[in-house]
Amino acid sequence: MNISFWLNGVCISGEAEPHTLLLDFLREKGCYSVKRGCETANCGLCTVLMDGKPVLSCSILAVRAEGHKIVTLEGIQKEAEEFGAFLADEGAEQCGFCNPGFIMNVFAMLKEIPDPTEDQIREYLSGNLCRCSGFVGQTRSILKFLQYKKAQQEEKA
Amino acid sequence: MLKIKKYVKVKSVAEAYELNQKKTACVLGGMVWLKMGNRNVSTAIDLSGLGLDTISETEDEYVIGCMTSLRDLEMNDALDMFTHGAIRESLCHIVGVQFRNCATVGGSIYGRYGFSDVLTMFLAMDTWVELYQGGRIPLAEFASMKKDRDILENIIIKKTPLFCSYISQRNSETDFPVLTCAASLVGEEAVTVIGARPGRAMIVKDANGIMNGFKEMTNKQRAAAIESFAEFAAQNVPVGGNMRASAGYRTLLVKVLTRRAWEEVGGMKNEY
Amino acid sequence: MKYVNQPIRKSDAMALVTGKPVYTDDLAPGDCLIVKILRSPYANAWIEDIRTGTAAQVGGIACVFTYKDVPQKRFTLAGQTYPELSPYDRLILDRHLRFVGDAVAIVAGETEAAVDKALKRIKVKYRVEEPVLDIHTAMDNKILVHPEDNWESKVPVGADNRRNLCASHAEESGNVEEALAKCKYTVDQVYHTKANQQAMMETFRSYCYMDYFGRLNVVSSTQIPFHVRRILGTALDIPSSKIRVIKPRIGGGFGAKQTAVSDVYPAFVTWKTGRPCKLIYSRYESQICSSPRHEMEIRVRAGADENGIVRAIDVYSLSNTGAYGEHGPTTVSLSGHKSIALYRHLEAYRFAYDVVYTNVQAAGAYRGYGATQGIYAVESAINELAAQMQMDPVKIRELNMPLEGGPLHGYGDSPCATSCAMDQCMARAKEMMDWDAKYPFRDMGNGKVRGVGVAMAMQGSSIAGVDVGGADLKLNEDGSYTLGLGCSDMGTGCDTIMAQIAAECLETPMENIVVFGVDTDISPYDSGSYASATTYTTGVAVMQACESLRQKICALGAAMLEEDPKNVDFDCEYVYSSDKKVSLKEIAVKGTCGNTQELQVTRTHSSKISPPPYMVGMAEVEIDKETGSVKVIDYVAVADCGTPINPNLARVQTEGGIAQGIGMALYEDIQYSNKGAIRNNSFMQYKIPSRMDIGNIRVDFRSSYEESGPFGAKSIGELVIDTPSPAIANAIYNATGVRVRELPITPEKVAMGILKLEEGE
Repeated sequence: MNISFWLNGVCISGEAEPHTLLLDFLREKGCYSVKRGCETANCGLCTVLMDGKPVLSCSILAVRAEGHKIVTLEGIQKEAEEFGAFLADEGAEQCGFCNPGFIMNVFAMLKEIPDPTEDQIREYLSGNLCRCSGFVGQTRSILKFLQYKKAQQEEKA
Repeated sequence: MLKIKKYVKVKSVAEAYELNQKKTACVLGGMVWLKMGNRNVSTAIDLSGLGLDTISETEDEYVIGCMTSLRDLEMNDALDMFTHGAIRESLCHIVGVQFRNCATVGGSIYGRYGFSDVLTMFLAMDTWVELYQGGRIPLAEFASMKKDRDILENIIIKKTPLFCSYISQRNSETDFPVLTCAASLVGEEAVTVIGARPGRAMIVKDANGIMNGFKEMTNKQRAAAIESFAEFAAQNVPVGGNMRASAGYRTLLVKVLTRRAWEEVGGMKNEY
Repeated sequence: MKYVNQPIRKSDAMALVTGKPVYTDDLAPGDCLIVKILRSPYANAWIEDIRTGTAAQVGGIACVFTYKDVPQKRFTLAGQTYPELSPYDRLILDRHLRFVGDAVAIVAGETEAAVDKALKRIKVKYRVEEPVLDIHTAMDNKILVHPEDNWESKVPVGADNRRNLCASHAEESGNVEEALAKCKYTVDQVYHTKANQQAMMETFRSYCYMDYFGRLNVVSSTQIPFHVRRILGTALDIPSSKIRVIKPRIGGGFGAKQTAVSDVYPAFVTWKTGRPCKLIYSRYESQICSSPRHEMEIRVRAGADENGIVRAIDVYSLSNTGAYGEHGPTTVSLSGHKSIALYRHLEAYRFAYDVVYTNVQAAGAYRGYGATQGIYAVESAINELAAQMQMDPVKIRELNMPLEGGPLHGYGDSPCATSCAMDQCMARAKEMMDWDAKYPFRDMGNGKVRGVGVAMAMQGSSIAGVDVGGADLKLNEDGSYTLGLGCSDMGTGCDTIMAQIAAECLETPMENIVVFGVDTDISPYDSGSYASATTYTTGVAVMQACESLRQKICALGAAMLEEDPKNVDFDCEYVYSSDKKVSLKEIAVKGTCGNTQELQVTRTHSSKISPPPYMVGMAEVEIDKETGSVKVIDYVAVADCGTPINPNLARVQTEGGIAQGIGMALYEDIQYSNKGAIRNNSFMQYKIPSRMDIGNIRVDFRSSYEESGPFGAKSIGELVIDTPSPAIANAIYNATGVRVRELPITPEKVAMGILKLEEGE
C-alpha cells in the first residue's frame, strides 16, 4: 500500500505492507534512532511522537500513520542536544540504546507537565526501560535540565 | 509474526460489520496485543476514521468510543471525579504512557482478558456496551458472552451515583496484576469485582446479603460487614495459580483487597 | 589531576543522545541476507530426519543449513583466554538438541517474509527423549546431556560428560569440621538463585561480509572481539587469519556478550554463500537461548565464637550450566573465592562445587560472575548467624571485615588486601542510612513496617595472570594522538576513561586524543571487556604507552635539537634543552618527513594480582504485612574502587548495578514448563525493574589507593550487583522475621512467610 504522512515536518510517502509496523517503516526511511528492544510493547525504545503524543512505533501499523504527523529524534536534533548534554553530564546516557525513546518521552512529558515532580517523572517515564543507568541519573539530568530552563526563562523575563 | 492481507479503514460501522463477518477478518484496536500474535488476518478493519475515539457526556451517561485510548480515559477529569480517582488508579500501572496512548478501551473490553484492570474497573460501575447489531447490553452480560462477529462501538457508563475504590496487587509496579479488586456503591447496591484471578474479572455475588444497606450502616456495622464480606469473598471467589502467584496467595489477596477497597468506599461516607 | 578523577563527559555521548546510527543494525548494508534459526521445541531430542527441499525453493532464499552441512569439530562459545576452561561441547548445528530453543537449522534469505516462510517449510522428525531438568539429580543421571565421544574438556577442571559434570572441585584450609564444632553459634542453610537474564537493551546481533581479500568480516555487538575471531575460526574450521571482527557502539552487555551467542550463524552463512548477511536476535531469543546467570544452589555452614568472631565457613555450590558449558567451570569458583574472603578471622574454610549439565538454556557470564550468587548466600548466612547471637549485622561485619594489609582467605589472586577501605565504606554507609536509628525496623502504622539490611561485597580487578590489556598510541602529524584500543566499550565509557588516562599522562586536552576501537585487524590485542579488567588492566597499558611515546618524542626532539636525549626534557608542548626548544607540532611534522624513528608504540599489560574492590550496601524496605509487597525505599551504597578515574561513570555504574541487583532480588524470576521451556520469554513475562520499582539509590565512594592500578584505580563494574540480594533479604527479615532463601523474593513468599510465623506463634 502507498502511504504518506508527515515525518519530522516533511511529507513523505512510501510503500508498506498492511502489517508493516511503523517502527520498521521509520528505520527504512532512515530514522535509525528508532530502536526495538522487545516485541511485546514493554521497553519504550521505539517511542515516537504521533500528533504530539508519545506512542510505541512497534505497535502501530505504518498504514495507520497515513496523514498523521510523526516526529522522531531525527526531527528534534537541537532539543536532543540541549537535553542530551544534561544526560551526558551525569554519565547516564551509558550505552545509549534506550536514549532516543527516552528523550522523546521526556519531551512528551514536559509538554504535558512543564514542571514535574520526581514522582511524576517516574510515573510518566515508567514505560521507558533502561538497564544501564539504574534510572536515578536520568532523573537527575531531567531535574537539572528543568532548573537550567527555568533560569533561562527568568533571564529572558 | 502478524500477517495482514488487506487493510481497510472503514467509512462506517456498517462497513466494518460486513467485513467482520468473515472469520479471518479482525477489528483493530490499539494493536499492542494483536501484533504479538502469529495471526493471519485476511482483512484488518480499522475503525479509527469513525470518530469513535472520544469521551462524551450527557445528563445521565458517559459515552466512551471504542477507539478511545486508555491514556485519554485516564486523563479524563470528569471520569476521574466521578470514580473518585478509581479509574485513574486502574489504568496508571499499565506498562507506560506510550502503551496507554496506543491501547484502546474497546480493545481492552472486547478482549475480555483475564488480567484486565479495565474490565475489573468497568464491571464495578453501571456499565453498558453498545454493539452495532446487538444494541445496548450490560457489560456483565457482554463479558460472559462468547466472542462473536459484532462490532463494539461504545462503552456507556450510567451516571448512577457512584462511590468506588480500585486496588490491584502487582509483583512489580508495571507488571500484569496478580489480583485486581474494585468495590463500589452503585446507587444503593454494593458491587465487588475481582479480576486477574487469573481468570476473567467477575462480580462477587453477595449471596448472603452481607453488604445490603451498606450506605446506611453505622461505622461499627460497616466494619463488621466488610470483615465478614471479605471472608466470604475469599471463600467463594474461584482463583487459580499462574506464573505470577499461586491460588493460595490469591485467596489471601481476595480477602485483603476486598477489605481495603471497601474500607476506602466506607471512608467516603461523608459524601454519600 | 586535570583529567583523571574528573567527571568528564563521554567522548561518544552526543552521538548517543542524538540517536545517531552507530550500532550494528544501523550500520548493516541494505542488501544483507536475513538470517534466522529454526529452534528445537524439545529439551532433549535427536533429529531423525530433516527435509529442507521445499524451504530452499521459496523465492529469495539463499541457503538452508542443517547439521549435515557444518564442521564436525566441537568448540565453546565462551569468550575466555587460552587455555579455555570451558569445555568444547558445541557444534554450529547438532543432530542432538539439548534444550528448548537449541538450533535446528539456519535459513538465510533476501527478505524476512521469505525466511519466515522457509522456516515453516522445514520438516523435522524428532526422536524425543526424556530431559534432565532437575539440578539435584543431574549428576550421574542415566540420561546424558553430552553422550558424544568428541566432547572435550581442555583443562582438568573435574569435568566428565559421562557424569553430566562440567566441573567439580573441593578445597579446604584448616579443619572446618573441628573449627565449626568449637563455635558457639553455627548456621547451616541452603540458598537458591535463578538463571537471571542480563537483559541489555540491544539484543545479540552481528552482520558479516566478505572483503576483497576473501576474508570474513564480522561486525558484532560483542565484549570480546579477539575471542570472537578465535571462536569463529574454530567453529568454521578455518584459520583465524581469515577473519576480522569489528565492534561498533554496542547497546549494553553485562557479560551476556562475553559469549559469542549468535555470531557463528551469520558467519557461517557469509562464509558459505559469500553474501553479506545479518542476524538480529529477537528479545524472545535473547530470553530463551542466550547466556544468562548460572542458577546456583549454595549450602553455607558458618560458625562464630562467643565474641562474634567468624571462625569457619563451608560453602558448597551446585551450579547449573544448562545444555552447554560456557563459563561453567569459572563462574562457580567465584561463588566461594569472593565470598569466604570477606571474613578475615577464619581458622578454617572449605569450598567445594559441582557444575552440572541439564537440558535447559546454557548459562554464561553475567556481571558478578558467580560472586553475586556466592555473596548472596554467604552474606545471608552471616546475617542469620548475627540474628542467632542477637548481634547487629553491621557489628558482626565490623568485627570480621577485610582490612588493608590483612588476609583474604581462600582468595588466591592477591597475597593480602593490598588496598582496602571496607571499614570506611561501612562507616559511611551507616551514617548515610542512619542505621542506628533505623535498625532493625520501624512500624509505620497502617500495617506497614520498614526494615533495614546490610551486606558487604568484593570482586576482582581482572583475572590475575591471565587478562591482557593493550594500548597502541601514536602521534599524528598535527600534534594530536590516536589511541588504539582492543578493550570493548559497551556503554560503560572505557573509551573515554582510557582517553582521560592518556590526556593526564600526555598533559594534553581530551580533544587532542582520538580513540579508536575495536577492529581485530588494527587494534592491539586485548582480552576484551569482562572480569572487571578494563580500567585496571588496559589503563596501565595506556599509561605505559604514554610514557614510552614521551620518550620517543624526546628522542626525536633531541635529534632535531642536535642534543643528547639525556639533556632534553618534554613538557608536552616543547622538547627543550637548556637553551633550545622544538614544539610538539614540529616534532610531529618531522615524524612524517625523512623520519626513521616511529612515533608510535604498542604496550601490553597483565597483572599478576587481582586486587578486589569492596563495597557496603544497605537497603531500607517497606513491607505491607498483609500482601507481602516489598518496596525498596532507599538503597545506600559505598564503594571502594580505588581511585575512580571518572567519578560520574563510576557512580552510574554503581546505580545501574544496584538497580539490576534489585531486579534479581525482587522481580526477575525464571520458571520452566514441565517440558523444560522457559516461561519468562519476553519483557512482558520477565519483568526487569522499571523506574517505579527501585526507590532511591544513593552512592558514595571511599577510595583506597591500589598501587598496581592506573592512578590507584581498581574495578567497579561487577562489584555493584553483589549487595542488593543479601541486603534486601536481610532488611525483609529485620522487618518481618521472614527468611526467604530463594530469589526472587516475591510478595507471595513474604506474605506466606508472615502467615507461617503468625501460625507458629
